[in-house]
Amino acid sequence: MPDEQAFLEYVQGGGQVETGDWMPDDYRAKLIKFIEMHGNSELMGVLPEREWILRVPTLQRKLALTAKVQDEVGHAQLIYRVVEDLGKPRERCLADLVDGKAKFHNVFHYPTKTWGDVGVIAWLVDAAAIISQKALLKCSYAPYARIMKKICWEESFHILHGRDVILTMMNGTDEQRELVQEAVNRWWGPLMQFHGNPIPKETDPMYIWRIKSQGNEEARQQFLDGYVPQVWELGLTVPDPKLRRREDGTWEYGEPDWDELRHVVTGHGPKTDERLAFRRRFLDQEQWVRDAVLAA
Amino acid sequence: MIYEVFRRERKGQAFEHAGSMVAPDTEFAEAWAREQYGRRGESVALWLVPRGAIHDVEDWADEFDLKYRRVDGYSIKARLKEARERAAQPMARGEGSTRGR
Amino acid sequence: MADDRELLLGLADDELVIGWRDSEWTGIAPLLEEDVAFSSIAQNEIGHARAVYERLTDDADALAFDRPLDEYRCAPLVELRLLDWAHTIARRWLYEVADEIRITALMEDADVGGLAAKINREEAYHRMHAEMWRERLRDEPRFREAVTELWPYALGVVLPAQREELAARVGLDEVAAVERGSHTDDFAPLWEEMTMVRRSAPAGAQW
Repeated sequence: MPDEQAFLEYVQGGGQVETGDWMPDDYRAKLIKFIEMHGNSELMGVLPEREWILRVPTLQRKLALTAKVQDEVGHAQLIYRVVEDLGKPRERCLADLVDGKAKFHNVFHYPTKTWGDVGVIAWLVDAAAIISQKALLKCSYAPYARIMKKICWEESFHILHGRDVILTMMNGTDEQRELVQEAVNRWWGPLMQFHGNPIPKETDPMYIWRIKSQGNEEARQQFLDGYVPQVWELGLTVPDPKLRRREDGTWEYGEPDWDELRHVVTGHGPKTDERLAFRRRFLDQEQWVRDAVLAA
Repeated sequence: MIYEVFRRERKGQAFEHAGSMVAPDTEFAEAWAREQYGRRGESVALWLVPRGAIHDVEDWADEFDLKYRRVDGYSIKARLKEARERAAQPMARGEGSTRGR
Repeated sequence: MADDRELLLGLADDELVIGWRDSEWTGIAPLLEEDVAFSSIAQNEIGHARAVYERLTDDADALAFDRPLDEYRCAPLVELRLLDWAHTIARRWLYEVADEIRITALMEDADVGGLAAKINREEAYHRMHAEMWRERLRDEPRFREAVTELWPYALGVVLPAQREELAARVGLDEVAAVERGSHTDDFAPLWEEMTMVRRSAPAGAQW
């Protein structure tokens, strides 16, 4: 008889779970919700960047940005396939998404206002995401861990592209430098909220089931440690007067606005409605295509 | 239809399972898999196999101890220690040929 | 030669603008798998545009983005804003048939024959893709109507002498073409958006 306790010990001991294996209902449900949110985030993350594909000022950057966004769509395909094999069809995931019933990461609810945002997103927002994604390489659910390998490998060029865009602007005109600083100022708050509020690992069901192998605070500290020096070395500032590295190497920072985070991820971000409506418009408009193609 | 995608990264390497995609037929599956698994030149070849064509084998009986077929079925440490100790002692005349019988 | 330059500029501008139009579908194509594949096509087209611009100038970005609107030589077909799949695939298919005729002719050219051959090899996949979709959608009224609507524009992509062949390949009677030389109403907003970031900084600014 399958035993939830035995399963728990198994995954906590590093055991891997494959698609056909028995799993507790709670594990399956949490897994689906978590992975679905990831897929939704990749898909919604496309929209803020997509606008700028059309405005890119050089041929090289146009190729790079189009390729970056293409990767994100590809990741969504991989991720939804995993969810589908766990029991929730992609059409239902997309329907729940556009109906506002499913979540996606906070950062994709905000506007992109300038080319500075394009650089900051690829440099810092992607960096924050990659930290979480690397931790998922150890997910107890093996099909997800395996696609994370491909995802992490493809993301490696995104950060380089982001850094290149930023450095080019920082070496450019005063107006270009101002664009970067202004974008950093706007994105810093959402970035600090991105990894979630610091729930202790031991009480986080995601960690208990070894779906996540890293706590929220651990991820945020990793982000700060990796990227604040990069921001400061360019002469940029961060809109947090409390931000500093302690003697023990950990970072102290001003309390992120957890109310804002909750407000945004429950569907009340500045761009949430507009972006979901945009998605819904094209999903509805092109239903006939899916019918024609998948009706084989 | 679900297609399982296998890819060969380089000549000399085996095909490895890379993922799956839903497609109406092999023409669409190919067009899509070429890009999803090859746009970076990361594959020299792909196999696209309908999931239904795969025959799953997942359970084995291992009721009786048949470990003699495997490396972990052997523990030679103790015997080797004894043999080395033996070899270190001076042999009495004529004993060697009858030892071990 | 001035004629050759015009021809090449037309080719490059066609690829730039259809690449731009095709990249509009990034993230919103009818299926995620197709979204990824379609994006590669758009990138290839931009790549082709760049390769041809580089034959015409040292500064491909300047040629691609810094001309006033009326100096672009793209065919009206590629300028049209077609944010529905039936029209998009109809355009893709018509464009690829026309482009094959044009590129094959260019492969004879002593100067750019090699480049044309390279482009042609990559376009083989575009043609397979367009043909695959056309097969799938050929009985859809929306698709057939879109092809009929775009046909006069498609004829404008190739030279008059090449139109008989295009008509034979597409299976439609030749009609009056919408010629290269004047721009559709859709081009000005495209040009605005395509060049807005670039125009926001002084000439020569690095991005």
